[in-house]
Order: sequence, then C-alpha cells, then structure tokens
Amino acid sequence: MSTVTEGTVADGTAPASTVAPSTRSPLQRLRGWVSKHLVMGLGALILVYMFVPIAVVVMMSFNDNSKSRNVYAFKHFTLDNWTHPCKPNGMCDAVVKSVEIGLLATLVATIIGTLAAFALVRHRFAGRSFANLIIFLPMASPEIVMGSSLLALFVSSGFGGRLGFWTIFIAHVMFCLSFVIVTVKARLGGLDDNLEQAAMDLYATESQTFWRVTFPLVLPGVMAAALLSFSLSFDDFIITNLNAGQNVTFPMFVWGAAQRGVPMQVNVIGTVMFVVAIALVLGGEARNRRQARALAR
Amino acid sequence: MAAGQEKGRFTGYWLIAPAAIWLGLFFVVPFYSLLSTSLYDPEGSVLTGYKVTFHVQNFSQAIQDYWHPMVRSLWYAGLATLICLVLGYVLAYAIAFKGGRWRNLLLVLVIAPFFTSFLVRTLSWKLILADDGFIVNSLQAVHLLGQDGRLLATPVAVIAGLTYNFLPFMVLPLYASLEKIDIRLVEASSDLYASPARGFFKVTWPLSLPGVVAGTLLTFIPAAGDYINATLLGSPNQRMVGNVIQDLFTTTGDYAAAGALSVILMAVIVAMVMVWVRTSGTEDLV
Amino acid sequence: MSQVVDQRETGRRAVGSRSLRLTQLTKEFATFTAVKSLDLEIPQGSFFALLGPSGCGKTTTLRMVAGLETPTSGTIHLGDTDVTYEKPYRRPVNTVFQNYALFPHLDIFENVAFGLRRRKSKEVDKQVKDMLDLVELESQARKKPAQLSGGQQQRVALARALINRPEVLLLDEPLGALDLKLRRAMQIEIKRIQTEVGLTFVHVTHDQEEAMTMADTIAVMNAGVIEQMGAPGELYENPRTTFVANFLGQSNLIAGTIVGRDTGYDGQDVVKVEMQGTIVSIPADRAHADSGAGWVGVRPEKVLIARAGEPIDAPGNHMTGGVISDVSFVGVSTQYLVRMPWGQELMAFEQNTGARELFAPGTAVDVSWRPEYAFLLDASQDAKAGIEEE
Repeated sequence: MSTVTEGTVADGTAPASTVAPSTRSPLQRLRGWVSKHLVMGLGALILVYMFVPIAVVVMMSFNDNSKSRNVYAFKHFTLDNWTHPCKPNGMCDAVVKSVEIGLLATLVATIIGTLAAFALVRHRFAGRSFANLIIFLPMASPEIVMGSSLLALFVSSGFGGRLGFWTIFIAHVMFCLSFVIVTVKARLGGLDDNLEQAAMDLYATESQTFWRVTFPLVLPGVMAAALLSFSLSFDDFIITNLNAGQNVTFPMFVWGAAQRGVPMQVNVIGTVMFVVAIALVLGGEARNRRQARALAR
Repeated sequence: MAAGQEKGRFTGYWLIAPAAIWLGLFFVVPFYSLLSTSLYDPEGSVLTGYKVTFHVQNFSQAIQDYWHPMVRSLWYAGLATLICLVLGYVLAYAIAFKGGRWRNLLLVLVIAPFFTSFLVRTLSWKLILADDGFIVNSLQAVHLLGQDGRLLATPVAVIAGLTYNFLPFMVLPLYASLEKIDIRLVEASSDLYASPARGFFKVTWPLSLPGVVAGTLLTFIPAAGDYINATLLGSPNQRMVGNVIQDLFTTTGDYAAAGALSVILMAVIVAMVMVWVRTSGTEDLV
Repeated sequence: MSQVVDQRETGRRAVGSRSLRLTQLTKEFATFTAVKSLDLEIPQGSFFALLGPSGCGKTTTLRMVAGLETPTSGTIHLGDTDVTYEKPYRRPVNTVFQNYALFPHLDIFENVAFGLRRRKSKEVDKQVKDMLDLVELESQARKKPAQLSGGQQQRVALARALINRPEVLLLDEPLGALDLKLRRAMQIEIKRIQTEVGLTFVHVTHDQEEAMTMADTIAVMNAGVIEQMGAPGELYENPRTTFVANFLGQSNLIAGTIVGRDTGYDGQDVVKVEMQGTIVSIPADRAHADSGAGWVGVRPEKVLIARAGEPIDAPGNHMTGGVISDVSFVGVSTQYLVRMPWGQELMAFEQNTGARELFAPGTAVDVSWRPEYAFLLDASQDAKAGIEEE
C-alpha cells in the first residue's frame, strides 16, 4: 500500500518517497517506528530520570536505619518515621521556622510583586527596560554572590551581630520578587483589555471593573506566583545560610545533619512537601485549564 | 486607550515603587557593599569592624590562592549546562511538539521535583550513586568502571548533581521558545526539499535561540556559584568556588578575601555572558 | 418569539425623541488625526451605519460616543445633554464589541445580567430570561462563553448590551468574524430586533453590502471625514464623490469636459458633457461638478451593450468602437469588460435573462446608457479612491 505521508514530517520522519514500494520490510518499518517515536521516547526517559530521586526520597522515608546512622542506604521498612516525624532534635522547629518565613515572605513578595507587574503591563513610566533588567538579574545570579553581598550589606550597616529572622525574611522577599513579577506579568499580559472597557460600558465604575473583572482573571497567576514563591523560600539554603545568624531553617538543618547522619524523617518532610505542592498545582491546573480556554483571544 | 488609563500619569510609579525599592535596596546596593568589602583591610573582623582601604591586593591574593576552584567551577558549570541543554532540549521539544493536550500536565511534571527540598533530592543522589549501589555495580559489570571505581566523590557525581538540579531552569525557557514556533514553518521547509535534520538546523534551532540563551544563562550562572552538590556528592578535590567563598565568610571570617572572590566570580560570569549573548545574536532576555 | 417587555427604569429615559448629535468632533493622535471635525445627527430610533475602509476613523468615532475614547475637541449630545466627557458608565449607551469581549469567568446568564446588576435593577432574573429568549439562547444560560460557537457568542454580546435598553446601541463590526451564511442571517436578525425594540442603533462596518442591507441611513467615512450621508439607495444611485462611487458597488468613471447646460428629453435641466468624442447629458441634480473637467459616472449594471450597429434602448448618442475584452460568467449575471477606442475598459453587467446569447471576446459592440442613471463628479478627485484592494 503506497502511502503519501502527510503530516508525518512534523514527527521528524523523512517523507517517504512518493513512489513508495508497495511493502516495507520489517526492518524498514521498525526504523520508521523508531524515528517517529524517538523524540517522544527520549523525552519520556528524561522525565523518568527527573523523578528517580523523588522515588528514592519517598522510599527512604520508610527506611529504618537506626542501626547504621551514618550509612545512607535502605535497611528495613518501617512506618516509624511517619508516626514519629518530630523525633529528631530540632527538626520540627526548623520546619516551623521555614514555614513562618515562607508564609511571610510569600505574602509580602506576592503583594508588591503583583503591584509591580500591573505597573509594568498597564502603565507607562520611564526606565521600563532598566526595570526589566533589574527584575531578571536575581533569577540569573549565583546565590553565593547574592547571599554574600547581602551579608556584606548587613555587616557594613552594623547589623552584623543581629542576623536572624528578619535578615532571612528580607533576603527571601528579594529573590522571590523576580519570579512573582514574571509570573503575574505573563498572566496579565494575556488578558484582553477590551474586557475592562466592556465592563465600564456596562455601568461598572473603575473600582467595580477591577474587582469583578480584572482581579478574578488575574488571580490564577497570582496564586501560581505565591506557590512558586513559597517553594523558593522554603527550599533556599545558600543565601539563608549566610544570613541566618543563630536561626535554623529546614534546609540548614538537613545540611547540618548531612555530616552527622541524616534522620529519615527528613525524607518524610520532603515527601509531604512534594505531595502537597503537587496537589495544589494539579488542583489549580484543572481550574486553569478551564480559564485558559476561555481566555484564548 | 481606555478612560481608566488616561488618569494617573504617576500611578505606574507608585505601583512599582515598593518592588523597585526592595530590589534596589537589597539587590543592587548589596553589590556595592560587596565591592567595598572586597576592598577591606584584611586585618579587620566582624567584631572589630572593617575599614575600606582600597586594598586591591585582595584581588590579586584571591586569584593567586583560589584560581583553581574558580576554573573548576566554570568548567563543571559549563559541562553541566551543556548536558542540560541536550537533555532539556529533547524534553522541551518532545513536550512542545508531541505533547498535545498533555502539555500542561507534562510541564507540571517537569516542575514537580522542584518542590522537594533541593538538599533532600541531592542526598538521594548520594544513595543512587553509592559505592555498592545499583548504578555503580552495573557500570562495574560492563567494565565502564574499574573494580575500585566509584562515582561519589568524583567530578562525575558533582556534574551529574548540577545537571539534575538545574534541568527545570533549562527546560522551561526552552519550552516557552519552542512552543511559539509555528510547526508549519518546518513543514514548509520539508515541502522545499529539506531533510528533517536540515529542517531542524535551519528552521527550528534558530527560532528557538532566545530560549536557548535564556535557559543556558539561568543554568550556568547559578551552577557556577553552587556548592551544595560539590559538598554532598564530591570530595575536597571537587571544591568549587562557592565552597571557598562560603568558608571564607563563615569559617575563616576573612571577609576581604571572600568579597574579592565574589566580585571576581561575578565579573567573570558577566564577561562570559556578554560574549555568549553577543555571539548568539539575541539581546532581549525577558 | 416572546416580545421584550418594555421595562423602563423610573426617570432613566427621557420621554420623547433624543437624537444623537456630534458637533465638530475631532480626535487627534500623536502621529495622525483619526477624526476631523465630524458633524452628524442621528435621529432617535433609526438604524444608522458608519461605513468606511479600515483606518477611516469610524471605530474611533464610535468609541468616543461610548466614552472609551476622549475627543480632542467637539461635542457629543444626547438630546440636550452634553455627554462629551462623561465616563462610559454614566452614559445611557452600550456597545457590542468586535471580538464580543464576553467575560470568560462568568456564565452567559451573568454576562447578560452584568449591566443590570451594576445598576441595581429589579427582577434581574426575569429580564435576563426574556432577553435570552429573544436571542434564542435560553438553553445555554449556564454555559461559559468559551463553550459557545462564534455565532452564539455574538448573540450573547448583543443581548448583554440590549438588555440595558440604552438610548443608543453601538455595534463595532460585530459580524466580522462570522462566516457568510451566518453573517447574512445575523444581519436580518439584528435589523428585526431593532425594528421591534425601536432603539437607535449605530452600526460600524466596512462591508458596504451589510450597510446597505441593514441601515436606514448610511454615512460613508474616509480619512476622518464624512464623504456623503443619506439613504442607501440615494448613496448608491447618486454618489457625490469618487470615493463613494467606488466604495459602494462599482462605477465606471470616464473623463469628460462640461460644455454647457440644456433642457433634457423629459423637461428637466441637464448638464452637457463632452466625453471622448460624444456629448452626453446628465440630470442637473446628479451633476456634482460646476465647470471644466469632470468624471462621468455610470454603474456597470446600467451600461447597455449591443452588437455594433444594432439598436439600444436608450435615447441620445451611443458610443461606438467598443470591443469585448473579457467575459465572466457569474451564474446570475455576466460581467463584460469592453475596451473603448480611447483605451479605457468599461464594466458592463448583464443579467442572464436568456433573451440574448452571451457575447464572445472580440465582438464589436456599441455602448450606451439611459441618461437618468449617469452622474457627474469633480475631476480633481482621485478616480481610484475607494476601490478595495483585494
């Protein structure tokens, strides 16, 4: 059956000669199948590769290594880690500290980042490209440099002896801002501005237009930005380590424990974070799908 | 424009002010502090205070003492970025062109590992690459690794860790760039007698270049300054400049050297980035 | 079909006719002037069309009436009330947007109810239900806009504006995104609704067929000014400028020189024009040039052709020496191009009544027309103005 291969060019196959032989040998067909699915297959493999360590984390959360603390290997299965998650000394305190900082930093970064995104998308002001540069840079700077320069600032302004909760907070808001702004900007940029005009045409004042039309439509982007921001904050180590003073956040706890022997409850926390975040993202994604279709111009 | 936009010529300034001030104060200004730290008189300390004495010898001293970890960092980061580019491109391409309606879900899966703690993930690699683990044993079985060979505490492990941790930062900008490409352009090239490989290099690759540049920047730069992978997966032989700076600040307390080294690192990175952006021909990043 | 019950808000609508009046309305942007000193009066209850090519300023004018754009100078009045600088939400004017601008996060019911809720109307449910009945979308009330087809979305946009009983309903090329059949159906539908509810509709479009089908009065706009305004028939049969002659339908424009005035066959005044060797008569009220050179215009469907030497049913001189250069059979009619001795190709459209065989290319023909169909335009105008580039 000679075939004019339409549409397969997009898959990366060579267009079969238009004067195709009426049958293809098994080898030819295998090669055809492979090249057609090559990219997809490789992509799937890479995706699997990305999840292998996560699987290990989950697995290790059920590990009992009480007999061999210093060896990071799977010994026995146990549910103890999940039933006594706060057993390791100081771990839960560190988790609580990380959550506190995370929530506060997320709140502040999301609010002022959203305001900035509105300014960049909806208003005119001089120095816009400069602003864009300053916003992009923190995303692309090495953390060690950002952390050390913040430390240098604190020390030189006399706060060298008072590093702690608030210096961490300041640092976290700083590097979360860029991500919040970029995320909200993307969402806001996709909004049809006719919608706001339509609202005013239909007797909504500026304030009513914002709260009933603009805000609900930009909210998914703001929520995504908040989630991203919390993850970045909770997970940060390098910058936090330099500016924490006596405080211990969860990543700092893990780092410290890595020398002495990591308690498996660390993996419990890791697994919980992963599951909660996934649940939130998938939930928001389902909602987003419906909104995204509606927003397509 | 709409009636709402003509009012408030300064509204934009007010809205961006908080973020601008925060970034200005805690991102831009600190670089200046860092610069002055690098010019400290090395005799000072946190307790006695520092004096800026334009002690430029700090720089020459830092280069002399630590050029080895510096070069090593750039090398590791470069390799990791390259591998990330290959893996990330394949993945982004697969999602953008073959993802269909699963695209968003697949993107979520790409970001998902990111939600587990960076450190905890890296510790997992310690397990996976352990001396008596599955990977090492398999490699020994096919003689890719000697009987005494190991992966942990070698550059391989560090680079593998860097690659793994920064892969999402490569995939996302690549995806953003690729998904904007109209597939009909590739089909047109094929209609004009280009082979698939040709079509890729002449059409797809050039159009994805902005994503490539953004992705490599977002990967290389943070990787160059990382020290977590080097500490957890490597040995003192794999010490990166990030380790050095960290130790200089906290263990040794030599702020002058630490500052100087940080400035040098930034300068080198900026120089490399400018060359890279210039040769790849794309100037807009965001 | 249920009738929309006329529910007037107390004191909202002035009793009696409130015409929309634009006086010297101007809108200047940084680089160009979109609307130049427009003067327009639209009587209450009429279906008015603003017709013109893209960029002529019609949408800008509409937006100024809606309050979405601030005029540079000039005024807008509804009856005696000056609304020139009023906010959009304070004007009794609603708009149907070109891309519908339906709120994606609200369902159809809430979209339509939006304006009523902002004005704290009573009996919102009943009004919305009645309106959805009118546009035949009762069954879709709880769906989101994205789930509807283009035609359905268009009807929602119409319902959402109409339900507020505005004094003026503005439609900004609302049918542009629909396919031909649907567009035709909606044209009839919108016209019917307008007749039923008796509101003033101002319809902006670039489609001259659409304007002629739907409107009581058309204003043809070009480069920020109104070229001509009047009933569709008047504009079509008696255009005053080359732009109007070419934009509405098609026209043959032949160069000529005015030689004098006379009294024609039926006793009316005519202007005599010497045109390429022939003297033609044009009724005085169809002559829009005073003296000197002019363009003699005649619509292709009014051009009569016959084989050379055979009679044509038109008084006065015939033009000889024409040769058929192109024949297009379009089913209901045949379109001929006739090359005249002075080089110009005239268009002649004939209905395929079957009375005569079609001419073949190369046939020698005579050309004429009844003088009451010709018009005379100023020679200083561009004979190519208004021709749509395809």
